[in-house]
Amino acid sequence: MYAVRNWLIGVVFMVALIASPAFSGAKTAPDTVELNSLVNLYEKVHFNHAKHISIVKDCADCHHHTAGTLAQNPNCVKCHKNSGATANVACRSCHLVQPFSAAALRQKDRSAYHNDILGLKGAYHQACSGCHQKMGGPTGCQDCHARKKGGDAFYSAGAFAPPQARAKQHGQ
Amino acid sequence: MKRRDFLKGCMACGAAATLGASQQAWGIGSFEGYPEGMGVLVDLTRCVGCRTCEAACNKEQQLPSPDVPFDDKSVFEEKRRPTEKAYTVVNRYDTKSPGGPVYRKIQCNHCNEPACLSSCFVNAYTKTKEGAVIYNSKVCVGCRNCMIACPFNVPGYSYSSAFNPVVKKCIFCYDTRLKYGKPPACVEACPQEVLTFGHRNDLLKIGRDRIKEKPDRYVDHIFGEKEVGGTSWLYLAGVNFDQVGFDTTMSNDPILSNVKDFLGVVPMVLTIWPALFTGFHLLSTKNKNHADHENGHSGQEVHKP
Repeated sequence: MYAVRNWLIGVVFMVALIASPAFSGAKTAPDTVELNSLVNLYEKVHFNHAKHISIVKDCADCHHHTAGTLAQNPNCVKCHKNSGATANVACRSCHLVQPFSAAALRQKDRSAYHNDILGLKGAYHQACSGCHQKMGGPTGCQDCHARKKGGDAFYSAGAFAPPQARAKQHGQ
Repeated sequence: MKRRDFLKGCMACGAAATLGASQQAWGIGSFEGYPEGMGVLVDLTRCVGCRTCEAACNKEQQLPSPDVPFDDKSVFEEKRRPTEKAYTVVNRYDTKSPGGPVYRKIQCNHCNEPACLSSCFVNAYTKTKEGAVIYNSKVCVGCRNCMIACPFNVPGYSYSSAFNPVVKKCIFCYDTRLKYGKPPACVEACPQEVLTFGHRNDLLKIGRDRIKEKPDRYVDHIFGEKEVGGTSWLYLAGVNFDQVGFDTTMSNDPILSNVKDFLGVVPMVLTIWPALFTGFHLLSTKNKNHADHENGHSGQEVHKP
């Protein structure tokens, strides 16, 4: 008699458990993120987000407080001790692709504490290189993003290197 | 009235008038830069010596191909300076600090009261209201006075040109970017955001905030805030500035101040002295015969016949 009831309860419970993320509105972190703001010079960066989650564990190391965990920096905690997750966790929601455009400078709130926010390119490099140097991750430019032909032209390198330099590359 | 008295009266009045006028000219003020002038804050603690800024400048200003690729780090073995082919260069300084070598980007600092502008007698230089110090190659005669005047040794010279050598330097990407409110090419290219573009007044505040928030990371000084009257390109560093090639003996007075005072007196001298000495001369030869003029003194003596 109670078997059917118990079975129904079990099913409802399992459905609720599996569907709960959809109800809570919490997003699951993407496994890889494609970073492609420099495509004219470099190939896209295939950022292995899942790997970094498993190595770093604390979201706040990169995402400040926006992913729900708190940053440990005492200077941040002063104001943000009760700050939780934000709707938008992606870096580019605060770190602009073009931080110094006339529009960005006009919109800048000079009275805000955060009046010195890095642009997207600077934020990626400053967040990533420091930790990579300490933890033995890739530190060279091309270790994360290979240079394209446009990039070679920009740096006067590779196929576009000046003649004597090219000879040095091939010979010695 | 005698004609002579009339003339003496005219000269006395003229002298008094010009003396009054040049007192105003004499009070030559100083220029603190246009209030809406832009600038760049260079944070040397962030620079890793990738030379992307050099590559970006080369492309933007259509400079000739470099001798070595821009990702070649062997150039750091010697100290370089801006030239006609490279308006900006990065040098490496192997300080004893634990953070490793410090890299410094060198380019025109776009001073508030530029020495180059002051020294140019054909007015080739202009300090624009956006903050850039630009120059007109067509007017430049190639005398190189500005290269001597510049305390940072920035202007390069097209030695390679036999018949029309002119001065060449960073123009803050004025023609292609700054005029339209856009940041210069080097600022946009830098991967570490060493270069922060904005209004000079805002950059000073940002610089002070960075020092305040991380006093262990920065030396408590913004180079360029006051040096030689203030520059638009400001520097923050983690080691003493003299260890990274800056001249820390610079005065806060603009280079022009070395000559401003005595040069400012010249108009007054040229107007007053002829009138004054003519007055003395006439006074001293007042009741004399004209034949005695060769022996006239400029003092107060009066010859008795």
